[in-house]
Amino acid sequence: MKLLGFFLLLLFPLYAGAQNFESLVRELPNGGYSERGEVISQILKSGDKRIVITLQALSDGALYASEETGDIFIGEKDDLVDFFTQENLDVTSDSSIKKIKVNNKLRRLIQTGIIQAQHFSPLVSDRMQAAEHAFKDADPERIEILQEALVQEQDESVTAELKQAINATILKTDADIEMKKQAILELSALGAKARSPLSVIADVPELSEAYEEALLIIKNKERVQKFGQNMWYGLSLGSVLLLAAIGLAITFGVMGVINMAHGEMIMIGAYTTYVVQEIIRNNAPALFEYSLFIAIPCAFVIAGLVGVVIERFVVRYLYGRPLETLLATWGVSLILQQLTRSIFGPNNREVGNPAWMSGSVEFIGINFTWSRVWILIFATVIFLSLMWFLNKTLFGTQIRAVTQNRSMAANMGISTGKVDALAFGLGAGIAGLAGVALSQIDNVSPNLGQGYIVDSFMVVVFGGAGSLWGTVFGALTLGVATKLFEPVVGAVMAKIIILVGIILFIQRKPRGLFAIRGRAAE
Amino acid sequence: MKIRNKIALTLSLTTFLSTSLFADEDTIKVGVLHSLSGTMAISETTLKDGMLMLIEEQNKKGGLLGKQLEAVVVDPASDWPLFAEKARELIEGEQVDAVFGCWTSVSRKSVLPVFEELNSILFYPVQYEGEESQRNVFYTGAAPNQQAIPAVDYLMDEESVERWVLAGTDYVYPRTTNKILEAYLISKGVAAEDIMINYTPFGHSDWQTIVSDIKAFGSEGKKTAVVSTINGDANVPFYKELGNQGVEATDIPVVAFSVGEEELAGLDTEPLVGHLAAWNYFMSVESPTNEEFIKTWQEFTGDAERVTNDPLEASYIGFNMWVKAVEAAGTTDTDAVIDALVGVEVPNLTGGTSVMLKNHHITKPVLVGEIQDDGQLDVVWETDGLVEGDAWSDYLAESKPLISDWTDPVNCGNFNTETNTCIGAEQ
Repeated sequence: MKLLGFFLLLLFPLYAGAQNFESLVRELPNGGYSERGEVISQILKSGDKRIVITLQALSDGALYASEETGDIFIGEKDDLVDFFTQENLDVTSDSSIKKIKVNNKLRRLIQTGIIQAQHFSPLVSDRMQAAEHAFKDADPERIEILQEALVQEQDESVTAELKQAINATILKTDADIEMKKQAILELSALGAKARSPLSVIADVPELSEAYEEALLIIKNKERVQKFGQNMWYGLSLGSVLLLAAIGLAITFGVMGVINMAHGEMIMIGAYTTYVVQEIIRNNAPALFEYSLFIAIPCAFVIAGLVGVVIERFVVRYLYGRPLETLLATWGVSLILQQLTRSIFGPNNREVGNPAWMSGSVEFIGINFTWSRVWILIFATVIFLSLMWFLNKTLFGTQIRAVTQNRSMAANMGISTGKVDALAFGLGAGIAGLAGVALSQIDNVSPNLGQGYIVDSFMVVVFGGAGSLWGTVFGALTLGVATKLFEPVVGAVMAKIIILVGIILFIQRKPRGLFAIRGRAAE
Repeated sequence: MKIRNKIALTLSLTTFLSTSLFADEDTIKVGVLHSLSGTMAISETTLKDGMLMLIEEQNKKGGLLGKQLEAVVVDPASDWPLFAEKARELIEGEQVDAVFGCWTSVSRKSVLPVFEELNSILFYPVQYEGEESQRNVFYTGAAPNQQAIPAVDYLMDEESVERWVLAGTDYVYPRTTNKILEAYLISKGVAAEDIMINYTPFGHSDWQTIVSDIKAFGSEGKKTAVVSTINGDANVPFYKELGNQGVEATDIPVVAFSVGEEELAGLDTEPLVGHLAAWNYFMSVESPTNEEFIKTWQEFTGDAERVTNDPLEASYIGFNMWVKAVEAAGTTDTDAVIDALVGVEVPNLTGGTSVMLKNHHITKPVLVGEIQDDGQLDVVWETDGLVEGDAWSDYLAESKPLISDWTDPVNCGNFNTETNTCIGAEQ
């Protein structure tokens, strides 16, 4: 094995550059971070084809070295291959093999080096990344490379980004004033993003007029962008509130049961997601991207079943006695929390985000994070399906009939006990669905439910118990109001204002936004 | 009021009589006051396990003063007033000789009067905001000058950070720490408009606005960093949001004072790689004592993946200091042990020796670590030598002249060096 490596090494001296590269890579494990930085800079200059793959691996922590032999390995700790020979080695148990460590400084150095090399890559995404980086970096020494890249560029969006990168860079060079003024004007069209490149000319007297003008344009742009951004944040917070509250809109809103264990149904949904992901991780890692789709029906069924059990064994005996129901379901919620703590431990459980749930996209200057977009869609789908279910199916009609006039519904031959149990199960199941979504943005811990129970009741009461539309408007109003207050007065104060606002509102309209009128309301 | 007092007195008297009647004379009792249920169970359960392990190990070595140690575990259930009740139960009812416990500052504040009144000893193993020194309490966690200030120094010197976001949960530890940090940054010549301070409620989960504010704040051309005193569960959605909005550690690093191995164990660490944490101990520190400690810990818990963390090390130091002081004093009598504790030296897990100072704080090294993808923290920087814990910050005008010294002739927790007077009981 070693012999082969040695043999290959003998071949390499034919290429002086390659040999240089190889010996540099061998030097990587030696010394501290600053020495490693030196070696990395030299590797970047070596011109070898393997630069990107090597340094990317180093940056990702996938490069290992043996302390004894000095051999370099690449890959995961339990699946390493020799860096030079590509041989598969079983070295898992060898404790002298240690990861070559990097810190932020080195990662920055590597990323800069790699990205700068991408201006002429055949992939649009690579070139875009390089252009974006050049914009941030605005290194005056690279202006010629940028201009050359611009000449060759075919893609429109990359061209635009490159132009702005050049504008940002020009400000740092000693180009003439007119050119700089032009660059400032073009940059100001970007809005908030232009602040950073423009900051370099803040103290240049000849440009102060252009700078002030640009700042004004930016401020106006920012105002619009900020408002749009806050509206979006409000909508997405509203959709989270809606998801959390919509199950409660059935158990509390439609059935009139004060269900303090509602939050724990959400928690059960989140833990189901965790268990599903664990099973997938251990048995079929390829399915991980779809784990949430598998978790959705599981969470619905499990949380729903728990809901039915609670209804049959606790809530059923307490209809018409709200205070007892409140205390009993609160007790149930404590039992469920401690049970979860005993089974899964008090610590947070790790629920991964599939790739399509991570990251964000920028659109008209507003940043949309994917997880929030999907949650908004998910909440809408659940709400519409629930509306359809309650209004168009037999079972939905039965639920409404039983809650509106129990004895008459019983006279018509509806088994009210069964309907109660299933309706409660439906509410709990939907809370379970919310748990799947919330596991993506919040902690999966035994306390998960507690964080949402107050908000959920607030939404349902504010929107008007008994009205699903009320729940939607309640959730969105509270979400948007919170997010409009937050930038002005801070998160803590925003919460206080909202709570005071709701108290005042309930004083005036005790039945909430969408009050149900007539006999059904009694 | 009076009747209630009488009842309480009779009750405590009866418990006192009944327990002392049956108390086993051959053991030394040690109280463990950590929440095993409620919100803080997530952090404190580990420390309870740690204490049980330390006591078991000590018993294997033959106990203390020829007697076996006996742990008395109570559960204050993350309920602050209950901490005071349980502390009283431990000291009066169970007759323990020392208590190891508390996590949050509010729980510590709630037991302080109990320990003072009943004259017992509390070892507090968690990093805290300082501005306190009590004769009956020994602080083995970090004071602000042993965590926050060195971390800021690191960012300033190594990452050349010029703009600062101080983000915290809205309660006493972040508020005091940020007050100290702000004063410190201003003393270092940072302009007021380059400091952004932000507070959020406990368990905050919607970080969109704040992260986008941080992003905007950091996009004005100066290198920006976030100093996070965000507590507990709120960290997970915070880091997720940072990742989702594309804020990377290489652009805007976040240095956290409340995120350690234990918290990272429940997290998808992918978006966190490269962010920083400042502590006095990391599990990844290579030293023979640490290796042995981890081995014992994982054997004791029966979990080969179980992580250690900084407060666990602080418990370890505190327990060993107590053992050594009791041995030196030859008794478990409170006053004798308190006197014997000052100056006690024990090895810490990072390869050095920590000393109990006159102000009941200890010396510790300060480490800055980067989060790795396996949930471990890798040391990227550390102070030269050990830093002495300072009870009263030198950067706050009101506490600058104060010192704490529990030895004669000063014997005062808040001695004013300007007026040469002891302010005394008001904390």
